[in-house]
Amino acid sequence: MGKTIAQKIFDAHLVDKPSDDINVIKLDAVFCHEITTPIAINDLKKRGKNRVFDKRKIKAVIDHVTPSKDSKTAEQARIMREWAREHDIKDFFDIGENGVCHALFPEKGFVRPGYTIIMGDSHTCTHGAFGAFAAGVGTTDLEVGILNGVCAFKTPDTLKVELTGKMKKGVYAKDIILHVISQLGVNGATDNVIEFTGSVISSLSMEERMTLCNMAIEAGGTCGICPPDQVTVDYLWPFISGDFSSKKEALTEYSRWQSDSDAVFSKTLTIDISGLEPVTTFGFKPDQVKPLSEMKEVKIDQVYIGSCTNGRIEDLRAASAVLKGEKLHPSVRGILAPATPDIYKEAIKEGIIEIFMEAGFCVTNPTCGACLGMSNGVLANGEVCASTTNRNFNGRMGKGGMVHLMSPASAAASGLTGYLTDPKAYIK
Amino acid sequence: MKNFNGKVLFLDRSDINTDEIIPAKYLTENSKEALKPYLLEDLKLEGFNVENDIADKEVIVTRENFGCGSSREHAPWALEVNDINIVLAENFARIFRQNMFNCGMMAVQLDRDTIDKIFTTFKGKETVVKTDFQNSQFTFTSNGQSMDISFEISSYDKSLVEAGGWVDYADTNYS
Ligand code: SF4
Repeated sequence: MGKTIAQKIFDAHLVDKPSDDINVIKLDAVFCHEITTPIAINDLKKRGKNRVFDKRKIKAVIDHVTPSKDSKTAEQARIMREWAREHDIKDFFDIGENGVCHALFPEKGFVRPGYTIIMGDSHTCTHGAFGAFAAGVGTTDLEVGILNGVCAFKTPDTLKVELTGKMKKGVYAKDIILHVISQLGVNGATDNVIEFTGSVISSLSMEERMTLCNMAIEAGGTCGICPPDQVTVDYLWPFISGDFSSKKEALTEYSRWQSDSDAVFSKTLTIDISGLEPVTTFGFKPDQVKPLSEMKEVKIDQVYIGSCTNGRIEDLRAASAVLKGEKLHPSVRGILAPATPDIYKEAIKEGIIEIFMEAGFCVTNPTCGACLGMSNGVLANGEVCASTTNRNFNGRMGKGGMVHLMSPASAAASGLTGYLTDPKAYIK
Repeated sequence: MKNFNGKVLFLDRSDINTDEIIPAKYLTENSKEALKPYLLEDLKLEGFNVENDIADKEVIVTRENFGCGSSREHAPWALEVNDINIVLAENFARIFRQNMFNCGMMAVQLDRDTIDKIFTTFKGKETVVKTDFQNSQFTFTSNGQSMDISFEISSYDKSLVEAGGWVDYADTNYS
């Protein structure tokens, strides 16, 4: 019987099987941010286990609330800084170099096909875009990851999502994943890895693949995964060119992380995306999705463009193609948070920041900010936001606020009209 | 081992997420105790009153996909500091379920019919659960009415509950 990518990765990393369906696997990287790591650090100290399993495999960032907004967040940042210094963690990103973890770490080349990665963050599934197994975990799992470089997982089933057809104008990776989640439901992929395949995937950039994998968790998935291919190699080449004599050799090596043709999947969902329209969420769950054109006129107060889902350079380009030469509707506040400093710099170079600012946007530093309602754009009771983030839970962006998830182009178009808007007519 | 007995809080809804269990704005707290007043603060559920309904409860019974959303272990902690160490549901989000056992708490899956039966028999009544961990059995009691329900958890989950969590278990076995 053939194996899936996830099974192959597990086999290559297996340390122990404490019971039949539980696998303790060796980790290639442990990612850390300042919201979930300080408690782990404090607990390790309390237990007299203030150690790290391998300082080179730990990557840490302050990204959720940065610069710190109050004494409590300043304390979280301080704990991270001192810990990184104490253990000589070289890949630690603080103010000036920091950005949203799931955009920053891939950009730094920390993810490779076949890797196993955990982080105390549910959207760690993003990194599966590189053909890695990357999963969000809680603080205790993170603690053990930091301490021993292992994590326990159930043997993963894989749910295959096969995407065929061609995207219409105005349709982006975000629309595809929202549609997939609406088909699976918010727990349709629980305890499963979601493997994205089909002709659509090979045509997507790494950025778009990350947008897809980022939201696997919104269907309950442990990880999203895309089989590594030429696009993966091209993206990684600046980091791996010393390890391989040619891109071809790298591709051959990475090609072992493919599901066998006779691999067994728990379920296969085949979707022809040719008929897909730009969509948005309409409730408090990410599986409540419908075409923007079918939404009754929903007035918005804020547009938020950023996050680990859609704060990358291609997202900024797509939004600026709508905003160019236009102004936000007078009743709408616009906030742009480029996800990393490099994205920010590139956006300046390409004139994108100017387009946003001319349209009336406030441009913030790279941070999670309003995505989780902690800073930089929290909603007031009753306010509505067109957002490129990944969660529309009740209260997510501020108590009593309503979040509609959509692509950057749709969010930008909504900003121009003042209500939820299909972007097709606005793309220049 | 933690306490798994006590009065039941019925949450008759599916997909209760971690933002509802403990809103993100409290994630800046660096101690578990500080989370205590905020448990289920943003939960919108008919008949549920956050002010009065949590105080004396020690067991939660709910529907599907409990604990979906963020990976925050603050969700089990917010339960723990409110003396709730056990949740019974049709199923759970993976990370939440793992976090519960990693803390030596229990997230026990029961089939739909059993959960239905518990809700129809006991919801709205003052109900107490007694957990017989060794024999894997719950006893629900309310006003003289009682019901035995057996449950299954893996031997691995059992050992995490007995060890009081995953850190000591792992550091003993894998360092
Ligand atoms: S951008 Fe939002 S979803 Fe992504 S890591 Fe930050 S808080 Fe989480």
